[in-house]
This record gives sequence, structure tokens and C-alpha cells, in this order.
Amino acid sequence: MIAGSNGAEGDGRSQAKHVEFEGVSKSYDGHTLVVDDLNLGIGKGEFVTLLGPSGSGKTTILMMLAGFQPATSGVIRIGGRSVQDLPPRKRGIGMVFQNYALFPHMTVGANLAFPLEVRGIAEERRRERVTRALDLVRLGGLEDRRPGQLSGGQQQRVAIARALVFEPELVLMDEPLGALDRSLREEMQYEIRSIHQRLGVTVVYVTHDQQEAMVMSDRIAVLNGGRIEQIAGAEGLYEEPERAFVARFIGENNRLHGEVLLVEDDLCEVDVGGERIRAFRIAPCGVGDTVTLSIRPERIAIKPQQDLYHNEVDAVVEDMTFLGDHLRVRLAACGRRDVVAKIPNIVGHGAMMVGDPIRIGWTVNDCRALDFEGEEEIA
Amino acid sequence: MGLVLPLLIFLGVTFLAPLGTMLVRSVYDPVVADALPATLTALREWNGEGLPPEAAYEAAAGEIGAAREARTLGQVASRANRLQSGLRGVFTRTGRDLREVVEGPWRDAMAAIDSAWVDPGTWHAIRAAGERITARHYLNALDMQRLADGSVARQPEERRIYLPLLWRTLLVSLAITVFCLVLGYPIAHLIAHARPRRAGLLLALVLVPFWTSLLVRTTSWIVLLQTQGVVNDLLVAIGLIGDDGRLSMVYNMTGTLVAMTHVLLPFMVLPLYSVMRSIPPLHMRAAASMGATPAQAFRRVYWPQTLPGVGAGSLLVFILAIGYYITPALVGGSSGQLISNMVAYHMQTSLNWGLAAALGALLLVGVLVLYLLYDRLVGVERMSLG
Ligand SMILES: Nc1ncnc2c1ncn2[C@@H]1O[C@H](COP(=O)(O)OP(=O)(O)O)[C@@H](O)[C@H]1O
Ligand SMILES: [Mg+2]
Repeated sequence: MIAGSNGAEGDGRSQAKHVEFEGVSKSYDGHTLVVDDLNLGIGKGEFVTLLGPSGSGKTTILMMLAGFQPATSGVIRIGGRSVQDLPPRKRGIGMVFQNYALFPHMTVGANLAFPLEVRGIAEERRRERVTRALDLVRLGGLEDRRPGQLSGGQQQRVAIARALVFEPELVLMDEPLGALDRSLREEMQYEIRSIHQRLGVTVVYVTHDQQEAMVMSDRIAVLNGGRIEQIAGAEGLYEEPERAFVARFIGENNRLHGEVLLVEDDLCEVDVGGERIRAFRIAPCGVGDTVTLSIRPERIAIKPQQDLYHNEVDAVVEDMTFLGDHLRVRLAACGRRDVVAKIPNIVGHGAMMVGDPIRIGWTVNDCRALDFEGEEEIA
Repeated sequence: MGLVLPLLIFLGVTFLAPLGTMLVRSVYDPVVADALPATLTALREWNGEGLPPEAAYEAAAGEIGAAREARTLGQVASRANRLQSGLRGVFTRTGRDLREVVEGPWRDAMAAIDSAWVDPGTWHAIRAAGERITARHYLNALDMQRLADGSVARQPEERRIYLPLLWRTLLVSLAITVFCLVLGYPIAHLIAHARPRRAGLLLALVLVPFWTSLLVRTTSWIVLLQTQGVVNDLLVAIGLIGDDGRLSMVYNMTGTLVAMTHVLLPFMVLPLYSVMRSIPPLHMRAAASMGATPAQAFRRVYWPQTLPGVGAGSLLVFILAIGYYITPALVGGSSGQLISNMVAYHMQTSLNWGLAAALGALLLVGVLVLYLLYDRLVGVERMSLG
């Protein structure tokens, strides 16, 4: 497990926090909180992603940081200084918007020169920096084109170059790749990542795509309904989700609901469809509470060797799908018919037929007792 | 294709045909030539000095009598009268009195009826009026005249009417366009970037006057602006002006400017609104995030993107203003009259349709030139009418 993978405090690259949210809340209409008591510290040079479904408040957080929306309560600090009274233009933040927001009536060169021009930088210096920024995003020589003459990917690069050309220390990106197709998106993910590493700027990145967040970020803050569910690196979120929402949102998992029978330090026993399952007690549950057990499909072993697994139950094969490198098996177990196991396609993986009764098992470490979100499943 | 045919026919009948007729009328006038063919033939022998030969008098006497019988003498007389005032009476009198004369010499007989017949100017006028294809309406509309020797010269200063009026019309239209732009730009901006419900309400406020009868809107300005009107009462009430110092704001140029700006404002607001709505509000945020002040962001990012709307709205308002008739007629008094009021006068009162047509054609040319200029500078395809 990687270091600093839990807790709102986290650890930036350096001790000094570049950006700090302290108890920040936001309401547009005066009663519903769109952002609810946000506490987040971002280190200098760190790449932090806000990940959450649409409407979870990601854009609102960025807009408060950029100064376009006032926080209803709480303090936002950049470089240790409260920015409450600082207008957006004085915050020195580079921004990349989902729809690029390139100025259509200006050439690419003029778009890039704009932030330098309003800063009163002289013509030759301007041209030099524009050229440098365009080279950075590998668009050298396209100064005289209009944004409308560029492809979506090129426009996005121009938008990134424009956000970087005045050398801000903090760059915000709001779903910058949302409008691109898949292969281009992956290429741009790599590129943004490498630019970040070269320049060492602090990046706050927003996306609703968990894959994108995992590829790019030092740390990911998973947002749900205006609250941070968990902040951790990609591996931490996947391996050690602390909330049922995070387990559901990041990767695939089996969620078994059951009642706690026994609590024993950080372990517990849960009754799931008549089976007694031992699990890691993550949610602060007591005897009689309902919890969600989260088990990743690839951690379920078929026909387990005795003693290796703390949990073993009977199952029946319901359905099998061959997916090349792995076999996806749907099983009836623990009173449910939607338990999924992924079996790697390696030498000697057991031959099975639909309808076969088998044994399955998993360890306590791979079975986390999380909060109960309610029965309704999100497909 | 078959579906648009009725529309094309409709356009042809209601638009192109009258336009064509008008343009033809401005250069083609057969009335005198048809009524006095023999006279005009006889005048061809005349070198223009002294009096024409007796043959011309004889032909004229016969044809004036015939025209009287055919009841076309009035039309002939009014055309001759435009070239030399007083000739209307001469023709009418001559037509009436010639009935008693049965034989020549015709020159003496006609001279006895009216001494104008021994004035060479009369015959010059008849010869000029007899041209079927003529530039005289255009010369007239441009305050020019053809001298006896055939050369073209400007009218004497005090007789110039149309050029000063055209010039005034141009300036007034320009002023109204500027007023509409200055007033309409913030309104359009407000509507374009308001919340949907408020935007709908504001748009309705702009459009309701638009849907109200033009007459009602114009006359309500009279109610507001007249000497005993609401605005003056208010100014007196708050003591800004004395009761004897009431401002005259209607039946003059002020009335024309105020009422026309109001009437034409929607034509500026609508194209601006549609262009502004297509500008993402994100652009202003992007500009601010890059360090631009609101003024810089407006000047460099917002304003240039609204130019197609500014162009379309201005062109629309200017073109409408240049040909506007009802409002200046109602609230313009005499100092607030525009060229279109003169066109109407010649259509309805003086019945000089040729001159009315020439004035109209000049306006049309002016507008087309403007349109081409706009196309050259901005590009018509970038114009957005909303
Ligand atoms: N300007 C605004 N006025 C009112 N409500 C807003 C505004 N912007 C966003 N919201 C609401 O706030 C919530 C969070 O929105 P947003 O921050 O855009 O979420 P995300 O970017 O995660 O999709 C949504 O329910 C949205 O409807
Ligand atoms: Mg968003």
C-alpha cells in the first residue's frame, strides 16, 4: 500500500500546502449545500483529482478556488493566504475548461498572447513565450490558425498551452478531455501528466472518469453529494475503500448486505444470506447493524485450497463469459445470484460448466465491511 | 421547386413588379409625347432661337384641342408646369379659348389667348416635357436643372430642396442608428445573459411595443412630449424648468429622433441578442482567469464577437430609418421631415410620380451601396439577424 493514502490531511510533495480548503461550504439557493464542509490540502507540485459523478460539486469547488463563486462559509487559502477578497484575475491561476473556451475571433497565437498582453508583457517576449508554450503541447507553427480550423484534440492542446503560457503555479482543469474520443483522451492524459511532471505546477483536475483519475493523479478526492468520501492514491482507493460509495465508484466489486453478528476489534462477522462471513470492520458498526461487504471479483477464489481463505461458501455457476485474459463467472451464493468472480486465464484454471456446484473463498483482508447505502443498486 | 413557385409569383407580383414600375417611371414619361406628337415633330425643325415656326403653332392648337376632348390636357399641363411654372394655367386657358378660333394664323390667335405662347421658354419646356426617356426626374431629385443650351447645372442655392433633405435624412438615420446601438447593446446583453425566466420577461418587454401598432406608439410619444405633455409636466413639477419655459420636444427634429429611436430599437436588440446568446459566458471567465480586467475582457473578447450583430442591427436600423415615413410625418413637424415624407408628398399631393420614383430609386441605390460596403468590410454571411 502506498504511503499517505488515507485521511483528509494527506501529504503533499512538500510540507507547505499550496492550496487549502478549510470547512468550505457552498449553497446556491440558501438551503441545499452543493459543497458540504470541504477540507482539503494540496501540496505544491501535486496533481490532485476531484472525482465524482455529475452534480457532485466538482465544478463548484473549482469555481470557488478560481474566484468565480464565493464560498458560503469556510476559508480558501492559496500559498497560505486567504483569497476571499482576491478577484479571479489577481489569483494567477491557469484554467482549462471542458469546452476549451478558446476565443474564436483570435488566431491561436493571439489566444496564447492574450494573458501576456493583459499583463503588459512586451511584444518580443510575448512571441517567444507563445512559441515556447505551443512547442510544449507539440503544436509549433500553428500560430496563425483559427481555433475553428483545429481538431478537437488540437484545440484542447491550445487551451492547455494558454493556461500555462503565463507560467501560473496553479492550474485548474475542469473535465478538459470530456469532449474527446477515447484514444485521443488517453494520449492527452499521458501528455498532461508529462507536462505536469516537467513544469512542476500544482494541478487540480476534475473528472467523472475513474480510469482517467487513476492514470493521472497523485491523489484522488472522491466526491459524492458535495462531500469528500475519501482521499487517496489510485491504489489506496482501489485496495482500501473506506466507503461503500468509493468501492462502488472505483472499479468493480461485489456488495453483499448483511447484519453484524459479532464485533471483535477491527474484525467482524456478518450474516449474509445465512452464511457467516468474516470481514474487516471499516465502518464503525456494532452488533445488529446492517453493513455492506465489498469484495473485488478477482479476489474470489474458485475451489479454494483449505486453510488459505477465511471465508468459504457453497456456490452454483450461473453464467460464464470468456473475455480472453480472464473468465468472468456469475455465481449464486450467500442467497444472491449476482456474485461475480474473475478467474485469470492461466494454466490449470479449473474447467467448469454452468450449473456446477462449487466452493468459493476469500480472505478477510479482501472483504471489507463498509457503510450500508441502502438496497437500491446502481447498474 | 413547385412548392416555392407560389411564393416566387407572390414576390414577383407584390415586390418586383412595383419596384420595376417605379424604376421605369423615374426615367420614362410618355404623356406629353403621346398627346402632342405633331407639335413635337414640328419643334424638331426649330433651332431653339426666336419663336418656333407657324407649323408648330398649328399642330399645337389642334392637339391641345384634341387633348381637351380626350380629357388628357390636365396631365399634359401639369407636366409642362413642372418645367416652367404657370404653364398649367396657360394650357387650360388655351384649351378652353381655342374652341372659338376656327382658323389661323395660329400664332397670333394663341398669343392673343396668352402671351406665354410668344415666349420661347414655353416651347423649350414643351420640347423637354416631350422626351419619353428622360433624366429630368433624377436631375430634379439631385437639385440640378438642364439649361436652355442643354448643359446641366446645379439649382441656385435657395432652390435646392432635395439634396439638403437627403443629407438630413442620412444624418438623422445615422444618429438614430447610434442611439439604438448605445441603448440596445446593454439591453441585449442583459437579456442574453439573464436567467431563462427573466430573459423571457425582458424579451417580452422589448417585443410588446414591437407588436403594438406603430401609430399607437408614435402618438403616445406625442402625449409624452408635447408642450402640455407628461414629460414637461414632470419637469415643471420638480422645478427643473419654469411653466413658461416648457420645452418643445415634438413636432420638430427632437420628436423625430426620440420616436424613431424607440420604434426601431427592437431591430437593433434582436440581432444583438441572438449573437450575444451564442457567446459562451465561459469566455469572460476564461479572460478573467488569464488576468484581464473586465474592461479588457469586454474590449478584446466580447465586443469583437458581437460585431456581426452590431453590423446587422445597425444596417437594419439605418436602412429602415432612411426610408421611414409615418413617424416623422406624425411627430416631425416641418423641421423633422425626412426624404420619405417628400416622396409621399409627390405621390399623393403633387402627383409627380416620376420625381417620387427618382427619389425612391436614389434611396434604393444608397442602401445597396451600403449593403455592398458592409459585405466588403464584414461579409454578409457573418451578419446575424437572429
Ligand atoms: N450557478 C449555479 N446556480 C445554481 N445551482 C448550481 C449552479 N452551478 C451548479 N449548481 C448546482 O450545484 C450542483 C453541483 O454542480 P457542479 O458543481 O456543476 O457539479 P459537477 O461539476 O460535479 O457536475 C448541481 O446540483 C447543480 O445543479
Ligand atoms: Mg462540472
